[in-house]
Amino acid sequence: MADSRKAIVYVRLKEGVLDPQGLTIQKALVQMGYPEFVSVRSGRFFELEIADRAANIDARIHEVCSKLLANPVIEDFKVEKMS
Amino acid sequence: MKFGVVTFPGSNCDYDAYAAVRHVLGEEVEFLWHKSSDLAGCDVVILPGGFAYGDYLRAGAIARFSPIMQEVVRFARSGGLVIGICNGFQVLTEAGLLPGALIRNAHLRFSCRQVYLRVEDNGSPFTLACSRGEVLKMPIAHGEGNYYHFDADLRALEDDGLVLFRYVDRRGNETPEANPNGSRRNIAGIRSTEGNVMGMMPHPERAVEPILGSADGLKLFESVRLACRKMGVVTVK
Repeated sequence: MADSRKAIVYVRLKEGVLDPQGLTIQKALVQMGYPEFVSVRSGRFFELEIADRAANIDARIHEVCSKLLANPVIEDFKVEKMS
Repeated sequence: MKFGVVTFPGSNCDYDAYAAVRHVLGEEVEFLWHKSSDLAGCDVVILPGGFAYGDYLRAGAIARFSPIMQEVVRFARSGGLVIGICNGFQVLTEAGLLPGALIRNAHLRFSCRQVYLRVEDNGSPFTLACSRGEVLKMPIAHGEGNYYHFDADLRALEDDGLVLFRYVDRRGNETPEANPNGSRRNIAGIRSTEGNVMGMMPHPERAVEPILGSADGLKLFESVRLACRKMGVVTVK
């Protein structure tokens, strides 16, 4: 996939890690009359634009995810590539 | 003996730490700029509170990659004494020098108030001048101070005696009400396995004179001086 132009990285808290933001959003939903949404987990995503000629890109994306975009102690990440 | 206080863009307790060391403790201290790669011969490095690099992405996540932090990591790995206060604690966990992570306060609010801490171990260089079980009063001021680690890791942390401070009530009881941010097991401060790196969310540098509401924080600075003297470092006092 050396010709990939964009990658989307999703970062979320690992299963079991308290997500105060998600909990608060869920409580708000219940208050607003949407009790069927019984759990909300929040996260963030990044859109990376990658130079055409970049090599070894899968490994490089993985590297920046575990070094910077996510904190592997408490977060998981998922990469989606788009061409 | 010389302390170094790191200044990141967004640090805001660097002058407090500097003043605590210089004017109250009475030892030599120097600011260390984040772009510098020189620890200036310091015996102790303090990573102060604030919002380093705006705390963008995650608190401490960007600061960890600054030039000075490469030196701090090297210094810590070779046994140098490193103290992370508040944002400095977050930087140390992000840098992998301390276990666990600091996540959003459970109640989602920024919390700024006096708390009580119980000293869990007085064998470390940071608590030598305290007694075990002693209760210290000092302020917290953070939005992301909720100490998190998984159960198995927490057990290991406890078994290895790495917990230095816990949030307690004024009588020293570990209660849920005394926990200001949801930290697991009321953990307020920890040390590294090797013992030379310490991180805590409360601010000892803001509790060094009675006029500030408490002088208990000074004991931690005195502890570090005592530890340095034991290692043969010449101190002013």
